[in-house]
Amino acid sequence: MAELGSFSLLLALALAAYALVAGIIALTKKSEGSDRLGETARRAGIAVFGAVALAAVVLVTATFQNDFSISYILHHSNRDLPIPYKFAVLWSGQEGSLLFWALLLSAYGLILRLRHKVDTRLVAYASVVISAVQVFFLLLVNFAANPFAMTIGTLPPDGFGLNPLLQYPEMVIHPPMLYLGYVGFTVPFAFALAALIMKYPGEKWIHITRRWTMVTWGFLTIGIFLGQHWAYSVLGWGGYWGWDPVENASLMPWLTGTAFLHSVMMQEKRGMLKVWNVWLIFSTFMLSIFGTFLTRSGVVSSVHAFAESSIGPWFVTFLALIFATCLYWFLRNRDHLRSEHRLESLVSRESSFLFNNLILLVACFTVLWGTLFPVLSEWVQGTKVTVGPPFFNRVNIPVALLLLVLTAVGPLLAWRKTSIESLKRNFRIPVISGLAVGALIIAVGYIKPWTEQSALYSFITIVLAVMVAVTIASEFLRGARVIARHTGQNLFASIVHLTRRNTRRYGGYIVHFGVIVIMIGFAGSAFNRDIERELSNGQSMSIGPYTLTMRSNTQDDNPNYASEWAIIDVSKDGKPLTTMYPERRFYKAMQQPQSMVALHSTLKEDLYLVYSGINQDTGNPIIKAHVNPLVLWIWIGVHIMVIGTVIALIPNMAAQRVPVRAPLRATELIADKPGQPVGVGS
Amino acid sequence: MPRITIRRWLQIVLVVGVTVALLGAGDDARFNRLGHKLMCPCGCAEQLLECNHVGCAYSDGMRKELAAAVQTGASDDAILQQFAEKYGTTVLAAPTKHGFDIVAWIMPGVVLVSGAWLAVILIRKWKYRVAPAVQTSATAAQLDAFRARARQETEL
Repeated sequence: MAELGSFSLLLALALAAYALVAGIIALTKKSEGSDRLGETARRAGIAVFGAVALAAVVLVTATFQNDFSISYILHHSNRDLPIPYKFAVLWSGQEGSLLFWALLLSAYGLILRLRHKVDTRLVAYASVVISAVQVFFLLLVNFAANPFAMTIGTLPPDGFGLNPLLQYPEMVIHPPMLYLGYVGFTVPFAFALAALIMKYPGEKWIHITRRWTMVTWGFLTIGIFLGQHWAYSVLGWGGYWGWDPVENASLMPWLTGTAFLHSVMMQEKRGMLKVWNVWLIFSTFMLSIFGTFLTRSGVVSSVHAFAESSIGPWFVTFLALIFATCLYWFLRNRDHLRSEHRLESLVSRESSFLFNNLILLVACFTVLWGTLFPVLSEWVQGTKVTVGPPFFNRVNIPVALLLLVLTAVGPLLAWRKTSIESLKRNFRIPVISGLAVGALIIAVGYIKPWTEQSALYSFITIVLAVMVAVTIASEFLRGARVIARHTGQNLFASIVHLTRRNTRRYGGYIVHFGVIVIMIGFAGSAFNRDIERELSNGQSMSIGPYTLTMRSNTQDDNPNYASEWAIIDVSKDGKPLTTMYPERRFYKAMQQPQSMVALHSTLKEDLYLVYSGINQDTGNPIIKAHVNPLVLWIWIGVHIMVIGTVIALIPNMAAQRVPVRAPLRATELIADKPGQPVGVGS
Repeated sequence: MPRITIRRWLQIVLVVGVTVALLGAGDDARFNRLGHKLMCPCGCAEQLLECNHVGCAYSDGMRKELAAAVQTGASDDAILQQFAEKYGTTVLAAPTKHGFDIVAWIMPGVVLVSGAWLAVILIRKWKYRVAPAVQTSATAAQLDAFRARARQETEL
């Protein structure tokens, strides 16, 4: 098995190298055979997928066969590992996850090369760029981190097992989603670099790139939030985001990708910010590689340390090469990126996008700066410092609030220029709604913003979220009323019609709505409460409106792990509510404990129970209970964001010609008068 | 009665906001706040009050130390300094505001302000650039092209 896997990887490397070299020759030599050579490069690129997929299948099959002669399987699996996690072995360690990177990249390359007719020459250039990235990752899995390396010495009877942190259902889908996001940014990068190299005329490449970026961004969004949910459900500290360096690494390309998805509109509609957009895409790709480097190199300490190794220099070299290549082609062809128009007013849609980009990039810089500052501090002053949640929260929360303000303001501004009268007219209702809700919150005492800074931030977040929601609703209603007037449809049907007419714009608004729902969820964290107690049978403790009574404490044992769990009856305001089962497992192969949180979620708050352990003297379990307000809003918001992204990816419905309902004179009835098209917001 | 301008309202909101943000809190709130400004040194990479490791050699003792320190009435800075001296500087969950550490806090603000300043300068520069005069003798085909462009730019 191992030989077949190794051979597949070598074959894949040879094919990728051929696709790269033959592709370059075909594009640079103007001879008769260039086209045929280019076609062989394209086919070699397609074949890379077959070879890498074969290697991945071999590794998974060997995992199922418990082939511990392969060192990777010995270190990341064991005989009693449940079947779904046997698949997860593929990305649970460094060698396997690099193979997974190569597999996803070859899959993206396959789609790109099969769809080459969209623009043969542009795809040929992009294919060369992708081949170069493929060569790097295939060099890594062949020579620096081979997943098929053999076990040295006597074979143990069983493997060392999968890290318990990874033995959770979401871990079967979280890494693939995150990787689909990371790897996917290679495609927009390839198109951007290709367009720059060949001085691509027109904006078609940006349309292609935007769709790829949106798909990739969607995967990264899902991956990040699945990671949050996993952290919330498994790590047992009651939170979902700890500003861990590896979490930060996933956030950075997401922020620059988000900036690109906004600023690309200025290039499409006004031919502006071409240099900016190209560098945003370059940066997003480099940050994806940087994220993989952070995860793998161990340069900063992280809870994701299970993936650390010594391949950092490979990534540093690759990053330097990417940057040098991008800079070279930019300097050489920068004239091609000259803007067609200029900004005309500070109060315009264009400037709101500019400031939106600025804030997203400042957020990205802050995350990068905070992540690397411990390394910088050690280098400059010889002492290491910790840059943890207090820093990131203090710096990023105001930045996020600024972004919320722009999310409320942006859609109300017109392209080119907005008059002050129009501003006043458009802002009146959102501002009044936000302030009214703010006053109501204070009046009912739900939040007392004057008590502490976190409460103040939460209050501002909710007020701004209401403003954004009203802005979005008014955008939908304004367009839908026009459609309803022209077609006679009811308001709901008109909203659907409107959305189908401009899926990107209204899908985008739905994504914004998802973001504000998530922000409201984040705002709830200012009011988290927790309590930790040792509970004997029949004993109770209270937190907020909940009373937790220990019914019993029990144990179980299976081949993979031994577990202890508590059976806790929960009542709320004196009425029985539910029974919860916080659990603690001890995984035998890895000899590591792991908590399994018990959750009772409602829109108002989560009751979150952790089995912290057992008091060895009394034999009683120690239970930590958290009440975390509004957490469910975060997961609902993510679903809304995904729905919005999918809608934005659906092609627009063709403009329909519908008859206008208006009184007509007899003479007009005789005439063959066509209906008028109904436009969005017309 | 004199009319209160928008600028004056903004000033009032700013002053109230800053005052609110700087208001003090009780011992429990101080314990909670300081406990989140310290890291548990057991290697869990969690803040002191978040560490949930069974049998953690540090967190229980440190929480008691923190509670005792808060009771003495020492200032936040003095308490944090006391922990840093005992457990090393990495016990502080964020860089201090002294020496080189202050650079960590300043840089994001510097980048934001410089970025905003640059953006405003660019917009103003572009705004005052003289635009080419509009052709008045456009043909029907040109006008169609202009209309198509306007539709594209205004999303109509």
